[in-house]
Amino acid sequence: MGEVKLFRTWSSPFALRVVWALKLKGVEYETIYEDLANKSSSLLEYNPVHKKVPVLLHNGIPICESLVILEYIDETWNEGVRFLPKDPLARATARFWAKFNDEQVFPSFFRYFMRQGEDQEKAKEKVLENLKFVEEHLKGKKFFDGEVFGFLDLVFGWLVCYPGVINKAINLKLLDEQMFPNLCTWMEQFGDVPVIKETWPDEEALIHKFHKMREGLGIYIYTKLRYEAS
Amino acid sequence: MASSNDVVLLNFWASPFGERVEIALAEKGVHYDYKEEDWADKSSLLLQMNPVHKKLPVLIHHGKPICESNIIVQYIDETWQTEDPPLLPSDPYLKAQARFWADFVDNKVNFSAIWRTKGEEQERAKKEFIDLLKVLEEQLGEKPYLIGESFGYADIALIPFSCWFYAVEIIGKMNIEKECPKFIEWVKRCMERESVSKSLPDPHKIYEYVLELMKKLGN
Repeated sequence: MGEVKLFRTWSSPFALRVVWALKLKGVEYETIYEDLANKSSSLLEYNPVHKKVPVLLHNGIPICESLVILEYIDETWNEGVRFLPKDPLARATARFWAKFNDEQVFPSFFRYFMRQGEDQEKAKEKVLENLKFVEEHLKGKKFFDGEVFGFLDLVFGWLVCYPGVINKAINLKLLDEQMFPNLCTWMEQFGDVPVIKETWPDEEALIHKFHKMREGLGIYIYTKLRYEAS
Repeated sequence: MASSNDVVLLNFWASPFGERVEIALAEKGVHYDYKEEDWADKSSLLLQMNPVHKKLPVLIHHGKPICESNIIVQYIDETWQTEDPPLLPSDPYLKAQARFWADFVDNKVNFSAIWRTKGEEQERAKKEFIDLLKVLEEQLGEKPYLIGESFGYADIALIPFSCWFYAVEIIGKMNIEKECPKFIEWVKRCMERESVSKSLPDPHKIYEYVLELMKKLGN
């Protein structure tokens, strides 16, 4: 079905969902790792509008934006496993929750991770509020789309790894079984899928990265306090 | 053919997002009930149908809600198939392009700063807006529509914002056609379609609405 390349960073959860999609479809592809501080000329050529990763290159033609890429993969390699359901209402529902993850859940989680003190408490309230909607949506289902995993599981899959690693890195807990029984059960089940289990980025490397991201924050806080003291 | 109360649209008359849905429904010849919502006083139906965001538009089909305008347009395209080309191209790559550009519109098109700000901030907002239109002009190239020969999903995502241009030009003291002639050609081409011209409000009404918004902001 042609040559496939994936431009990605090693740690991005948005890249991972594309990796899972390609592996689940049995698509052979080449990975090109990007350093966002030093973007390759190829990336700038293939995604001139946003200059972001992931970018999928199929027969030399780029497709950008991870949710767009997921649907493209599903429609192009369309024999065998399908990620999105057939029914238009079920598809619209899946797209709605995917958008909710990308625009609300993940950014609110990121803010929670990157703040301190009272700001962090406020950010925590927001992410918990968002996750409660997701918890409700999972009610009575094994996976987001029912008995078999699909599109939405790929979209929410980052929850299986990143909050846990962040907790290990900086002792910041988020999901507990009492508040989120459906999510926690789903995390175990989806986390057990071989393709998902085998593709997480190296945990030590992630912990190191999360420390560095927070250290960057620490430097700002120190500067602010110093200025206020004088 | 479904009776009109099988399909209900909850909307606010000035919302470009709601207009996307109106255009799509018109393209497919779908009859529907229209319910005007008041932002300041959301109906219990709206809150029931969109508990997560409590926003408009919401399409209700056979009692089931579909939310988020671009998602609603895709739903309409997949549910009502006619002899005309679908709103999203069948080719997966062109479909991806259409989705990319509709997504671009959602994330980047925001020119309210032009009437919310003054002085240097306003000049910056005006420049950003024109730069954005130039990116879209580049995507258009020599094509009649954003993705190719047929009016579709990406055009529907963008065209409703055109009825705000009159307000932007008066308040921002700008001439959009002078800066982006190709873009305005595309606007006029889209407006020739009945689905578009009948769904978009009069730009003068939008201008009055913006003046009201500005008054509320104390501008």
